[in-house]
Amino acid sequence: MKPKGRRVGGLIALIGFTVLALTGCDSPKYWPVLSPQGPVARSEYYLIIYSFILMLLVVLAVFILFFWVIIKYRARPDNADYVPPEIEGNAKLETLWTVIPILVVIALAIPTVAVTYKLVYPPKVEAATAKVVGKSITIDVISEQWKWVFKYPAQNIETVNYVDIPAGVPVNFQLTSSGPMNTFWVPALGGMEFTMPHMDLRLWLEADHPGSYLGRGAQYNGRGFAHMTFTVNALSPTDFENWVKSVQQTAPKLTQQADAQINQPGLIGKLTFSSTTPE
Amino acid sequence: MSNANTAVHGDHHPVDPNVPLEYHEEENSLRVTGFWLFLGQDMILFSSLFATYIVMHGRVAGGPTSQQLFDVTGFTIETIALLFSSFTCGLATYEMRRGHRNAVIGWILVTMALGLVFLGFEVSEFIHDVGIGATIQRSGFLSAFYILVGTHGSHVTVGLLWVTLLVIQLLRRGITPATARKVFLWSIYWHFLDAVWIFIFTVVYLTGKVI
Amino acid sequence: MHGVVNWAVHFFMLDEGPLIWLSDFLIICASLGIVAVLTKFRLWKWLWDEWLTTVDHKKIGIMYMIAAILMLFRGGTDGLLMRAQLAWPNMHFLSADHYDQIFTTHGTIMILFMAMPAIIGFFNVAVPLQIGCRDVAFPYLNAISFWLFFFAAMLFNLSFVVGGSPDGGWTSYPPYVENQFDPGPGENYYLVALSITGIGTIATGINFLVTILRMRAPGMTFMRMPMFTWSVFVTSVIILFAFPVLAVALALLLIDRDFGSHFFTVNGGGAPMQYVNLFWFWGHPEVYIVILPIFGLMSEVISTFSHKRIFGYSAMVVSMVAIAILSFVTWVHHFFTMGAGPGVNSFFGVSTMAIAIPTGVKVFNWIFTMHKGRLEFTTAMLWSLGVIPNFLIGGLTGVMLAVPPADYQYHNSYFLIAHFHYTLIGGTVFGVFSGLYYWWPKMFGVLLNEKLGRWHFWTFMVGFNICFFPQFFLGFMGMTRRMYTYPAGYGWGVVNLISTIGAFLMGVAFIIFVYNILWSARYGERDTTGDPWDGRTLEWATTSPAPHYNFAIIPTVKGRDAWWLMKQNGESINGPKGVPFRPIHMPNNSGRPFIMSALFFILGAGFVFQWWILAIVGFVGVLICMAQRSFEYDDSHYIPVEEIEQTEAAAGRL
Repeated sequence: MKPKGRRVGGLIALIGFTVLALTGCDSPKYWPVLSPQGPVARSEYYLIIYSFILMLLVVLAVFILFFWVIIKYRARPDNADYVPPEIEGNAKLETLWTVIPILVVIALAIPTVAVTYKLVYPPKVEAATAKVVGKSITIDVISEQWKWVFKYPAQNIETVNYVDIPAGVPVNFQLTSSGPMNTFWVPALGGMEFTMPHMDLRLWLEADHPGSYLGRGAQYNGRGFAHMTFTVNALSPTDFENWVKSVQQTAPKLTQQADAQINQPGLIGKLTFSSTTPE
Repeated sequence: MSNANTAVHGDHHPVDPNVPLEYHEEENSLRVTGFWLFLGQDMILFSSLFATYIVMHGRVAGGPTSQQLFDVTGFTIETIALLFSSFTCGLATYEMRRGHRNAVIGWILVTMALGLVFLGFEVSEFIHDVGIGATIQRSGFLSAFYILVGTHGSHVTVGLLWVTLLVIQLLRRGITPATARKVFLWSIYWHFLDAVWIFIFTVVYLTGKVI
Repeated sequence: MHGVVNWAVHFFMLDEGPLIWLSDFLIICASLGIVAVLTKFRLWKWLWDEWLTTVDHKKIGIMYMIAAILMLFRGGTDGLLMRAQLAWPNMHFLSADHYDQIFTTHGTIMILFMAMPAIIGFFNVAVPLQIGCRDVAFPYLNAISFWLFFFAAMLFNLSFVVGGSPDGGWTSYPPYVENQFDPGPGENYYLVALSITGIGTIATGINFLVTILRMRAPGMTFMRMPMFTWSVFVTSVIILFAFPVLAVALALLLIDRDFGSHFFTVNGGGAPMQYVNLFWFWGHPEVYIVILPIFGLMSEVISTFSHKRIFGYSAMVVSMVAIAILSFVTWVHHFFTMGAGPGVNSFFGVSTMAIAIPTGVKVFNWIFTMHKGRLEFTTAMLWSLGVIPNFLIGGLTGVMLAVPPADYQYHNSYFLIAHFHYTLIGGTVFGVFSGLYYWWPKMFGVLLNEKLGRWHFWTFMVGFNICFFPQFFLGFMGMTRRMYTYPAGYGWGVVNLISTIGAFLMGVAFIIFVYNILWSARYGERDTTGDPWDGRTLEWATTSPAPHYNFAIIPTVKGRDAWWLMKQNGESINGPKGVPFRPIHMPNNSGRPFIMSALFFILGAGFVFQWWILAIVGFVGVLICMAQRSFEYDDSHYIPVEEIEQTEAAAGRL
C-alpha cells in the first residue's frame, strides 16, 4: 500500500492536470465549446463546467472508496482462513447514499432549470449597439441537402453557406428545413437546435466581438452531411450595416435557376443574393 | 393427463377442483397468464396507434376530413354488431363452463356471424372511401385512420380464423382442459377487441364526427 | 439477357467495389466451409435433432450467445472500418455512402443483434436454473423467439451484399429515410429485420415474466429470488411496455415506404416528430433493457467472489424498480434540441438526473458487498469490477448530458458518442463478458482459461479507454457523429488517431477471447463439480452442463442464496435421501419454430424488395404453421425414472 502522502499528492496532481487541461482549452478555433464567444455559449459553458466539477467530485469519491475496498479486502495467501461475515445491509449507510445523490441532483437541477428558461429569451443588448441595428435581428435558416440557406427578411438578402451578423446584437435564427432534419450548430456562439420541415424553431445567438466562427449541421442527412459547414461572420454593427447596403446594391437577384440549383441535392460554394424570393 | 401438472412446470401447485376447467392443468393456467400479458402488450401497441392517430387527425393536407368522411349509420351498425358479438361470446364461455359442447359451438357461430357483419361494414366503408379518392396515400390523417382501424379489423379477422380452428377441435375432442383453455383465450381476445373498438368508436368516429 | 445481367450485377452490388467482393468471397467460403464440415463429419442430423429443433432453454441460451459473439464480430468489424476511416483527416478509404451504411449497421447490430441476444441468452442460461424449474413457461415459444431473432439477423446482414445496407443511422430519423430521399431496399432491411426480431423479443418478455411469476421453486418468494432473476423480471416488464411502441414506429415507417402513406413524410401532412417520439419511447427504456440484467449479473458475480451476500438486497430491488419506472419518463432527453419548450426540457432533464439516484445506490451497495469480503479477482470478477469505474464515467457524463442547455452543445457530438459507449461497452459489453466467464462452465462444462482471460480483460480495458476517452474531447472540439471524413486544421487528427489505436486494441482483445474459447474447448479445465466458483444460487447446485430436466426433484428453498444455505446445512439438492423420483414431463422438440421463422424471413424479404408474391407465400406459410400448432396436442413426453436414476447416479447425487 502506498504511503498516504503520495496518494494525496497524486490527487492534487490529477486536479491540477484537469484545471490545466481546461484552462488550456481557451482557443475558439480548437475548443469552440470551451471558449464561448457569446452570452448564450457562455451560460452553457458555465453549466458544463459546474456540472463537470460536481460530477468530478462524485467520481473521485467513488473511485477512492472503490479502490480502497478492492485493495484492502483482496484475497491474499495470509487471509485464506478469513470467513467474510454475512451482512444484510445497513439502513443508515443506505439512507446516506440515497440522500447525498438527491442533494447533488438538486444542486444541479436548480441552475439547470434557471438557464433552460433563460435561454428562451434573447440576451441583453447595449443601448449604443441597439441604436445602430436595432434590438435584435431575425434571420431565417433553411437546411437543404447539403447546404445552409440564410434569408434576411427585413434586409431582403439571401446568403448560402455563410451568414453575416452584427456583433453584440442578439440574432433570432428561425430554423426550418426543406427536407430531412438537421441541426444548426455554431459551437463558439451556443448550442444547437433542430431544423425540421414545416416547423419553425427559434435559436437566439449572439457574438461578443467581431470574428469568424465555424458552424455545421449535426444531424446526419445523407451523403454530403460531413461537408455541411458554414461560416458565421460577426461584424461590428457599422460594418454590418455597410455589408447590408453593399449586398443590396451589388449582389445579383435570386433567380429561379439559382433557387432550383440550391434545392437540388449537392454541394455548393458560398453565394449572395439581393432578394429572397426567386424571380 | 392427471400427471401433466408434474410437468416441466414443477409439481408444487395443487389444483383446486372448483376453479374452471381451463385452469385445471398447470400448463394451461400458465398459458392464460401469458395470454393476459400478450393482451397487455397489444394494448400498448394500440395506444401507440391511438397516439399517432390523435397527432395526425388534423393533418388532412387539403384532403377529406373526418367530418366529411365518416358515415354515422355504418359505424353505428358496426358497433352494435361487435358489442353483441362480445355478449354472445360471453354466452359461449358460459355454456363451456356448463359443459355443453353444442351450445358452445352454436354461440361461437353466432359470434362469428356478428364478426363477419362487422368486417363487412368495415370493408365496404374502406372500399367506398377509396372510391372517392380518400386513400391511404392521400394524407397523414387518412394514413393514421386506415392503419388504426385496419389493425383492429385485421385482429378481428385473425380472431375469426382462429375460432374456426377451435370449432373443428371442439367437434373432434369435445370440451377438455386443453380445448377449454383455447376457447377461453379466444374469448378474452374477442372481448379485448371489443374494448379497443369502444375506444375507436369514441376517439375516431364520434370525436371525428364532431371535430 | 443483357438486362438481366445488369440487374443482377446491381442487385448483388458487384459494381460497388472490392469491399463487397471481399465480403461475398468470405460469405461463400464460410458457408461452403460449414456445409463441408457438417457433411464430412455427418453432422446434419445431429444439427437438426440437437440444435435446430431444440426447445431446451439451455441450448437456446447457448445459441443466443454464439449468435451474439458472431454479431459482435460483425459490429466490431464495422466499428474498426469506421475508426480506420477517421484515423486521419481527409481519408478516403471508405466513400461517404459506404461509411453511412457502416455506421448504421454498426449501431443497429450492436444494440439489437449483439446486446439483445447476449442479454436474452443469459436469461435462458440462468433464470430457469436459478428459480429451480425445468424450463421456461413456454419452451416452444422460446424457440420461436430465438429463430425469429436469428433469421432477422441473417436478413439484416444480407443487406450488405444484396441490394445495399440501410444508411439512415440506427435511429433512422424520417423524413430522411423516406423514399423521397433514401430510395432502395436498404432502409426496408432495417425496418423489416427489426420488426421480426422485435416480435421475438416481446415473446421473450412474456415468456420470462410468466416463468418468474409462476414457476419459482416452492419457498422461493419474490424477496428470496437471486438478483439476476429480479433484474430479468424487471427487464421483461420494460420489454413488454417498450417493444410494442417500436413495432408501431417501424411498421408505420415501412408502410410509408412500401405503400406511400404519409405518417412521417415531408408532404401530405406527415409528422416526422411522431416517429422520434415513438422511437425514443422505446429507445430509452431499451438502454435499461440492456443494462439492468447486467446490474443483476454483477450483483451475483460480486457477491460470489466476495464470498458475502449482497449488501442491501431490498435497496437493490427497489432501485431496479425505480430505474425501470423512471426509464419511461426520460425519453425527451434524446431531443432537447427539438424545441420542446423550457418546461418540458426542464422536466425531462431533472427526471433523467433522478435516475442517477437509484443507480448510485446500486454502486455503493456493490462496493459495500465487497467491504469486509475476501475478494477473488477471477476473470469474471474483473469484468464486473471493470463495469464500476467505466459505467460511472458513462453514467455521470449522462447526468451532464441531462442538463438541457449543456446538451444543446453536446447533442450529436462526439461527447455523446463517448458517453453512450461508456455505458453500452463499459456497462453492457463488460457485463456480458463477465457473465460469459462466470456461466461458461455452466453452459459447456468447461472453464475458460483464467490467464488468457486476464489478458483479454486488460487489453480490452486499456483499448476501450484509449478509444473512447479522447472522444469526450472531440465533442468539445466540435466534431459531430456520422461524419465520414473531416478536413485538417481543426486539431481533430491526433485525437482521432489515438482513438483508432484504442479501437484496434479492443479488436486484439476480441481475438484473445476467441483464442481462449478455442484453447479452453480443447485443453480447458473440466468442471466436474458443477460448482466451480463456490456459488450461492441454484444454478450451481446441478451438474455442468445441467441435465436435460435441470433438477430431478424440484428443490425447496429456505432462504435467499438458496444453494449457499443448502451447502451450509449439508443438504442435497435432491432433498432428503430416499424420496423416489417420478417421471418428468418435458416438451418435445419441434422443427416448426425454425421453419416458421424461415418463412418469416421470406415474408420479410418480400417486404424489403416489394415482391408481393414472395411476401404472400411467406405470410401464408406462417399462418399454416400457426394453424398446425393449434392442432398439435401430443407435444410432450415423460422422462422415465430409470433414465433419471442413471443421470443422477452419474452425477453422484443418489
